[in-house]
Amino acid sequence: MQDDRQPILSVRNLKTSFFTDEGIVRAVDGASFDVHLGQTLGIVGESGCGKSVTALSILGIVPRPGRIVEGDILLRREPEDGQAHEIALTSLGDSSSEMRSIRGAEIALVFQEPMTSLSPVHTIGNQIIGAARLHRKLSKQEASELAVELLSLVGIPRAEAAIDSYPFQLSGGLRQRALIALALSCDPRLLIADEPTTALDVTTQAQILDLLRSLQEQNGMAIMLITHDMGVIAEMADQVVVMYLGRVVEEGPVDTVFGESKHPYTQSLLRSIPSIHSTPKVQLPTITGTIPHPYNRPAGCPFHPRCPDVIPGVCDKHEPELQSVGDEHLVSCFLYHPVPETSP
Amino acid sequence: MLAYAARRLVLAIFTLWTVTVLSFIIIQLPPGDFVDAYMAQLSATQSNVSEQHFESLRRQYALDRPMYVQYLKWMSGIFSGDFGTSMMWRKSVLDVIGDRLAMTMVLSLGAIILTWAVALPIGIYSAVRQYSIGDYVFTFIGFIGLGVPSFLLALVLMYFGFTLFDSDIGGLFSPEYQLEPWSWGKVKDLLYHLPLPAIIIGLSGTAELIRVMRANLLDELRKPYVITARAAGMSERTLVLKYPVRVALNPFASTVGYLLPYILSGSVIVSVVLGLPTLGPLLLGSLVAQDMFLAGTIVMMLGALTVIGTFLSDLLLMWIDPRIRFEMVQ
Repeated sequence: MQDDRQPILSVRNLKTSFFTDEGIVRAVDGASFDVHLGQTLGIVGESGCGKSVTALSILGIVPRPGRIVEGDILLRREPEDGQAHEIALTSLGDSSSEMRSIRGAEIALVFQEPMTSLSPVHTIGNQIIGAARLHRKLSKQEASELAVELLSLVGIPRAEAAIDSYPFQLSGGLRQRALIALALSCDPRLLIADEPTTALDVTTQAQILDLLRSLQEQNGMAIMLITHDMGVIAEMADQVVVMYLGRVVEEGPVDTVFGESKHPYTQSLLRSIPSIHSTPKVQLPTITGTIPHPYNRPAGCPFHPRCPDVIPGVCDKHEPELQSVGDEHLVSCFLYHPVPETSP
Repeated sequence: MLAYAARRLVLAIFTLWTVTVLSFIIIQLPPGDFVDAYMAQLSATQSNVSEQHFESLRRQYALDRPMYVQYLKWMSGIFSGDFGTSMMWRKSVLDVIGDRLAMTMVLSLGAIILTWAVALPIGIYSAVRQYSIGDYVFTFIGFIGLGVPSFLLALVLMYFGFTLFDSDIGGLFSPEYQLEPWSWGKVKDLLYHLPLPAIIIGLSGTAELIRVMRANLLDELRKPYVITARAAGMSERTLVLKYPVRVALNPFASTVGYLLPYILSGSVIVSVVLGLPTLGPLLLGSLVAQDMFLAGTIVMMLGALTVIGTFLSDLLLMWIDPRIRFEMVQ
């Protein structure tokens, strides 16, 4: 893909917080990244680091008591009359008809649990037809033909029969395929896949990932792949965003992030992956400690209590910012950037 | 499907039979029999009746024979359509029950329809707008509805009806229609009298169903399939009604089975208070008088309603939930 191309989605300094009785949870705390057509952006991080909330924020469906408090989400439409135009999704009301016309039509979501992400009491066909007719002017007959087409596109055998089956009659893998078919029903330009393979066994995982890749080759859509699995990222992504406690700690092309990872958190994550070359029966390196409680986030760099390379007096006092360390490679860490002189 | 229906039928007959045996035994458990109760009543009014009269009564109703003989006599009568004679009313049980059964059905149906028509929308509203002012208001009213015994409510309403409007709100008919044969005027009179008892009888059930619907729907609203639908761009109203409400109705359908007999037997005291010509007061009176054929028949009808209600609710469940449908067929 050409690098000079404009991203179709830009997220800038996104902050989404949940205002609960116990306090404010900053689920996403200043995330910025771009998504390009025909490319896959991988978002990786431990559970609870704000990956899913980022996805929900983009779609404008953050559940109460959460809401976007700051930042911009820009969707770039296809150039019409030679002029591309941008829509600031954050300025649209969550339930406005304009936002709804974007949800599902231009940005679609494949949610993490295939077991429960489809209504148990409606047929697969009913749900796909319903989604398709929300945004496209189709007769029931046309929509049902489209559903069959989509189901066979995502590799469900005997698609004509499958549209009349209920989710509980399908295996987990087939359900995930049906969910992808549902997401594709309006030909979205951006597909957000939130942990699409987490609940599946390894063989099925590989098949679903293959499917996503081949779909992307066919229709050139952008994919935002959210996962905690570094292996999936390595296999699928063009660009990687590593998140920790709602912040982006490292960002760059997949080869750079994996090959020359800079942030101690990324390095630790990569070290803790079992490798075929590692010595048998030796404990894998782990990241010490656990993710801090969201109500009790550490001052300074959020990773400093667990960081092996922590600089005392700096990392616990100042918040690092995402800055360039090379070609398209961004890191937020004081190991690579000067410490701001004025103390906050 | 047919095998399933047949199996249910056999089970239903067995259940009904068990109900008749148990009710027959339980009704006879208190010491003495109908004649003893009758004698006590007569001596209280100082009437003079000969010992022989009581003996002949005992023989007439076979009260001097062992219990199983009485039961078999009653049962063999039922198979030829004769449910026995009410000793208290000196009439055939069916004649005594007659109109009252129809009245009870009308009243119960009215109460059920009212309960559902009120409880479902409020329950949905309370769940979708959880912790809103409206939710709190309905919750408050709902708990009052649950907490206030319905007979007390009936008494209070009767009092106000009497003092404020100078009208008797009890009964199902105005005095002038009480003994009239059926006519359009009488039907209109019934429709005019029906809402209040239906509201009183349905109130606690309504409050309960609101809570059930609210809780069910709150569970469903958090399910991922709701997020899927929302992410597809469906409007919130369509989405809620199409998916989670549909799933949340499942437990509702399974309560239909208990609703029928509950409204029949649960309204006994209210019916007594309001003087309604329904089965409830009749059942109470027959139990006090140890009029076992009448009481037994009513209890058997309650049993039959339970069985029918359960069957209906199973059919309903199969209709609205494909998971159950497929399980049953296999």
